[in-house]
Amino acid sequence: MKTVSPFLEIDPQSDHVLVRFEGQDLSLPLGENLAGALLVAGVMPFRHTPVSGAPRGPFCMMGACFDCLVQIDGMTVQACMLQVTKGLEITMPAARGAADA
Amino acid sequence: MHNADLIVIGAGPAGMSAARRAAALGLSVLILDEQPAAGGQIYRNVDRASAARNDILGKDYTHGRTLTEGLHHENITHLMGAVVWQIEDGTRVAFTQNGKGALAVGQRILLATGALERPMPLPGWTLPGVMTAGAAQILLKQSGIACQGAVLVGSGPLLYLIATQMVRAGVPPLALVETQTTGDLTKSMRHLGGALRGWPYLVKGLRMLWDLRRAGIPRYVGAKAIAIEGDQNAQAVTFKIGKSAHRIACDTVLLHHGVVPNTQAARSIDIPHLWDGAQNCFVPEYDAWGRSAVATVFIAGDGAGIGGAKAAALAGEIAALEIAHGLEKLSEPARDDTARNLRKHLAAERAARPFIDAAYPPYAGAIAPPDDTIICRCEEVTAGDIRRFAGLGCLGPNQAKAFGRSGMGPCQGRYCGLSVSQILAASNEISLDDTGYFRIRPPLKPVTLGELAAMDVPDMNEVQN
Repeated sequence: MKTVSPFLEIDPQSDHVLVRFEGQDLSLPLGENLAGALLVAGVMPFRHTPVSGAPRGPFCMMGACFDCLVQIDGMTVQACMLQVTKGLEITMPAARGAADA
Repeated sequence: MHNADLIVIGAGPAGMSAARRAAALGLSVLILDEQPAAGGQIYRNVDRASAARNDILGKDYTHGRTLTEGLHHENITHLMGAVVWQIEDGTRVAFTQNGKGALAVGQRILLATGALERPMPLPGWTLPGVMTAGAAQILLKQSGIACQGAVLVGSGPLLYLIATQMVRAGVPPLALVETQTTGDLTKSMRHLGGALRGWPYLVKGLRMLWDLRRAGIPRYVGAKAIAIEGDQNAQAVTFKIGKSAHRIACDTVLLHHGVVPNTQAARSIDIPHLWDGAQNCFVPEYDAWGRSAVATVFIAGDGAGIGGAKAAALAGEIAALEIAHGLEKLSEPARDDTARNLRKHLAAERAARPFIDAAYPPYAGAIAPPDDTIICRCEEVTAGDIRRFAGLGCLGPNQAKAFGRSGMGPCQGRYCGLSVSQILAASNEISLDDTGYFRIRPPLKPVTLGELAAMDVPDMNEVQN
């Protein structure tokens, strides 16, 4: 994971909630798009591919490419299609054998 | 279970405008859309965006509110976060919302599924930090997120638009690496008449170029041999202008060389598609009212061929007129009378398109990428793999799946389908129409057993009546 993000909020809102990504606490804006919020928080990559283990992050931001897959509550889901809620426990999908969302 | 006269799939300009017109004519309308708010990608989040965001995004964006306001009608039900995964018999739509499967039945269906970024396979395009230019715009619209120190790569008006928006947001791009050539501009000149009829678009384009020049953004035009360097993240863009090699260090690269119709839903119900040479993509077949080969299913907007947001809204309205006429809510003369005026506006909206298509063609290096470039992002199949399959006798994209799984990952071919068809067509010297495209099957989006188990399944005999 990177620590300095090139992504920044131009009109940040005040309500932040705590979520965890790969065991690390992150403070993210409540109700905002999860993939966007993770990018601002400096999370990259989001996952490693099941085929070669290559790192990946958000690509299309509209639910079409499935590159921003993360794991929440045992389900592999598209981060760009979710909103930030309090207490999300997010992990990277297992690198191999997790192609099916 | 939901029942409606008309089910609209997609709440972008075409879907919103069709819903508004159909509702006004007395039809009950159900809108199914994946996003948490109306607008589609072009007007994404337009109802909730802050004043600061609106200043950056401009009037063409806030115009979307005229359409979202139209959805507040007693005849319209808009289900947000509704992911459609199957269409059956031209009347039944299965979808997931809030973790539960659901079914909707309509007398007519309008597919208003919009566009996707044209796949732009370059060496390194799968690296983290490489996104579509559309994705950067969505981040800005949806979340007010801007990206510092990005390089924009490709061609077309959207590239200039996002660059000027980034300038206004105070995070100007490092550079524009543009793939169109002066030869393309020369070729586009025979469409200049159309461009002049669509002069507002021409003026907007020139103004954006002027803004970029004033902001001192370097533009590299006619770039070739473009590649993205990096190991764990994008680190630089390399390219050639003529014989001189360039390298720009950056950790974000935004790609764009046009958008193409999102045809997944239409293809899943066997609506025939034809290759459009001018737009370099497949488009569905439909009549002057948007009616497809499946008589109860209509198509409107960019999903029917790229025309932009205003053309999409007009086409949606035209389809709604015929749908209302077919359901005996509008007389033929009234339909034709209203349509005549809409068609006049539609022709004006489309006038500049041939000029834009010719002046900003897709990047040739991404239509025929180097052998080691990944084509299928999900299954990591390369351009060389596809060419090798062709050498082994593979004639079409569906056969290519058996050779090497391209198009079989979670995105279901959305970001490799055109590349696979075009590489096979070029290798085999067969037309795109004869090469064809992936056969798209439901579910169109992944659906879990839990979502299916939670589905409110009606008595199937009742549904078939």
